[in-house]
Amino acid sequence: MVKMQNNGKGPGTGGSKLRFLYDSRVRGWIAQTLVVLMLAFVLGYALYNISTNLSKAGITTGFGFLSEPAGFDISQTLIEYSSQSTYADALVVGILNTLLVSVLGIIFSSFFGFFLGVIRLSPNWLVSRMAAAYTEIIRNIPLLLQVLFWYLAILAPLPGPRQAFDFSGIIFLCNRGLQLPKPLLEQGFNITTITFAITFILSAILIYWSRYRQRQTGKRFPAYLVASALLVILPLISFTASGSPMHWEVPTLKGFNFAGGFTVLPELIALWLALTLYSATFIGEYVRSGIMAVDKGQTEAALALGYRPGLMYRLIIIPQAMRVVTPPLISQYLTLIKNSSLAVVIGYPELVHVFAGTALNQSGQAVEIITITMAAYLSISLVISFFMNWYNNNIALRGQEG
Amino acid sequence: MPNHWSAKTPQPSPDLSTGLIGWLRTNLFSSPSNTLLTIVGVAILYVTIPSFISWALINATWFGDSRAVCDEAAANGQTGACWAFINVRMGVFTYGFYPEMERWRINVMVLILAFNLTPILASTIFKNNSRQALLGLLGIALTFFIVGPVGSILMGAYFFLPLAFSTLSKIDTIVAPIGADARAIGFRLLGALLIGGGVYFITHSLISREIAATVGILMSFLMLCLVLIRSLSTMGWRWIMLFSAFPVLCFYMLLGGVLGLPPVETHFWGGLFLTLVVAGTGMATALPIGILLALGRRSELPVIKVVCISFIELVRGVPLVSVLFMASVMFPLFLPENVTFNKLLRALIGIAFFYAAYMAEVIRGGLQGIPKGQYEAAKALGWPYWKMMTVVILPQTLRLVIPGLANNFLSLLKDTTLVAVIGLLDLLGIAKAAMADSEWLGFTKESYVFAAIVFWVLCFAISRYSVHLEKKYHTSYH
Repeated sequence: MVKMQNNGKGPGTGGSKLRFLYDSRVRGWIAQTLVVLMLAFVLGYALYNISTNLSKAGITTGFGFLSEPAGFDISQTLIEYSSQSTYADALVVGILNTLLVSVLGIIFSSFFGFFLGVIRLSPNWLVSRMAAAYTEIIRNIPLLLQVLFWYLAILAPLPGPRQAFDFSGIIFLCNRGLQLPKPLLEQGFNITTITFAITFILSAILIYWSRYRQRQTGKRFPAYLVASALLVILPLISFTASGSPMHWEVPTLKGFNFAGGFTVLPELIALWLALTLYSATFIGEYVRSGIMAVDKGQTEAALALGYRPGLMYRLIIIPQAMRVVTPPLISQYLTLIKNSSLAVVIGYPELVHVFAGTALNQSGQAVEIITITMAAYLSISLVISFFMNWYNNNIALRGQEG
Repeated sequence: MPNHWSAKTPQPSPDLSTGLIGWLRTNLFSSPSNTLLTIVGVAILYVTIPSFISWALINATWFGDSRAVCDEAAANGQTGACWAFINVRMGVFTYGFYPEMERWRINVMVLILAFNLTPILASTIFKNNSRQALLGLLGIALTFFIVGPVGSILMGAYFFLPLAFSTLSKIDTIVAPIGADARAIGFRLLGALLIGGGVYFITHSLISREIAATVGILMSFLMLCLVLIRSLSTMGWRWIMLFSAFPVLCFYMLLGGVLGLPPVETHFWGGLFLTLVVAGTGMATALPIGILLALGRRSELPVIKVVCISFIELVRGVPLVSVLFMASVMFPLFLPENVTFNKLLRALIGIAFFYAAYMAEVIRGGLQGIPKGQYEAAKALGWPYWKMMTVVILPQTLRLVIPGLANNFLSLLKDTTLVAVIGLLDLLGIAKAAMADSEWLGFTKESYVFAAIVFWVLCFAISRYSVHLEKKYHTSYH
């Protein structure tokens, strides 16, 4: 009791000098100083050791190595790259490959995940149970195991190029990957590209206009349908009108391998499949919980107004469910991008494999390379979460503070 | 016109809406699109399930000790799985390259862990001490049967100490509160010595004197430490021992090199055993660090807040693989040249700090879910920060975030497979290494399917248990 009364008088009024130590502000400052000192000590010690270790090993520090030739080849490059290119080029190749598999994974896992989430709530007993079983099986098995399974147990034992699975003579699947025909563009294809761009802008204006008109007059216009039809038809017309300036280069078997066309690496297929199938289970669960979070009265009201189930889902349930789904969806996408680094075990040339693996072994610049790798992932994460948060703020409920 | 109305006997429902047919009509064929879905579903099942069953069960080769068995079966047209491959390598899959003579040490630790976690996890069943004692006797018998006398003594000591402590600590004449006078401490010291001596007396007739002496000293020290804490339930003691005595015991038992146990370097560790070690250590270290980080993030002290936020956001923005790379490549550079740093320890540190950031975010969510009144009430009582947190806020928070913690633990368990990237052979690493055996080439599917089943069973059990906990502690403030 006595102690409490003293505390009540506030700091500095006690007789003893020790009272000073009971002031929470003083304690706060002491704690913070200690933390700063400790961090400074740990960092200083680590930096000191790094510099002595590196100078003993004869490694020069700094980012100068980025402009030196890398001296290794990469199996899949989205930009011009040869073994004469610099480490900086290798970094860009790695980042682009990471982004490629991530974007593919995000698109397909979103579709599949939404499908799973909706189908799990379907009144059809069999199909909803199947979706549940799929979800429970796939998400409880480590992703790395799935990547390795697809790569080593499914794709690696495929027959070689000579016995490749033949899909109507155009597409081939063998242990060297998926062989697809490659579009070869000729002079005059620019016209089609320009037409496409113009149509794209036109469609955007059309959609905006139809929204505006609906808000003003309540009249509906099938803007999305018309826009997508335009996007297909207009470029097609300009394509044929300009004399079809493109032909397909079909892969053909030459010697021991395919020539022509372009090859999708088996590593990419394995990683993409595993990422898509695995992430879809999580997305499916988020979608399911989002749909279940929409009040039942909304469904009943929609049905009472005579909405068909498809329209009801599209116009009433899904838009409201998206408010619940978006935040976990963002983090799932970010997780997918980070999970693409598992490619390192199967040798798909993404950021970690190319840069933190091969480039690190070649140059020995461990500190710089790990720092750059982490910084690259951090910036990708930050950019994506920025855009997704912007989208989330757009669809969030207004005027209801948490 | 009839004069009075009498109720008709109720008619049965139409045949088509009841029974099997009715069920089928409502659940499978209620509309054309539903019928289509059902047909597609049946088609998928028809394609996948029978072929998988015939591969995994009917046409499989189960027993045998060499490849010849499976080749022979394949030649006879039995093109199923070759489970003999798994059977032969079961020891490696479970223990890695831990020497066969020393595997009993792992078995003892697993049994001790299992029998001590059972009363903690199923606390409703093992509420009273007599049931726990029964479980303990069962554990001793089982350990004796599987491992032998040394193991069963360890098991018995570890299992019954909490019971003894809780009984002892309820007798006020023996155990005084913390900070009592020297006489009380001396009294406890005497008690601890007596117990240590007793343990020594029992063990020295079974194993070498040196081991017995160390066990006795350890026991008395443990006893002394634990009896200083006053008046805890048996379950409380079990928790305390799980986080204090068990890791120490594990360390010495598994690494060896003391008590006359031959040392086993960590590069012999592997298989399911290593997976469990990494997951268990990861969870046990990431959770406390995560709690500290979450508290730091919500702290009013600007420096601590900034440090915690930047650490959490930095770690959450990068993949675990890159953290493990950093741990394996950069940690040795952080230390003076002559200091060697165990590879497993590096991975454990990396995983602990990585998951601590995720734990911190989960716990922060829980902290935000605690009503403000709880904080204010604790402050109004004049409680200092740490007392408020440990007594009022954190117990409620941890209850709230059980699903999040379980999810994190699940991803931690699944992510232990990533230690293969830096060359440790966990269950998946062993499965992959097993395929490289020139005698057993080509059994990739068996290897991975087996590993997948093991992981699935572990993860599914944890997720079900978390659902159970969530229901048990369901506390809502809404």
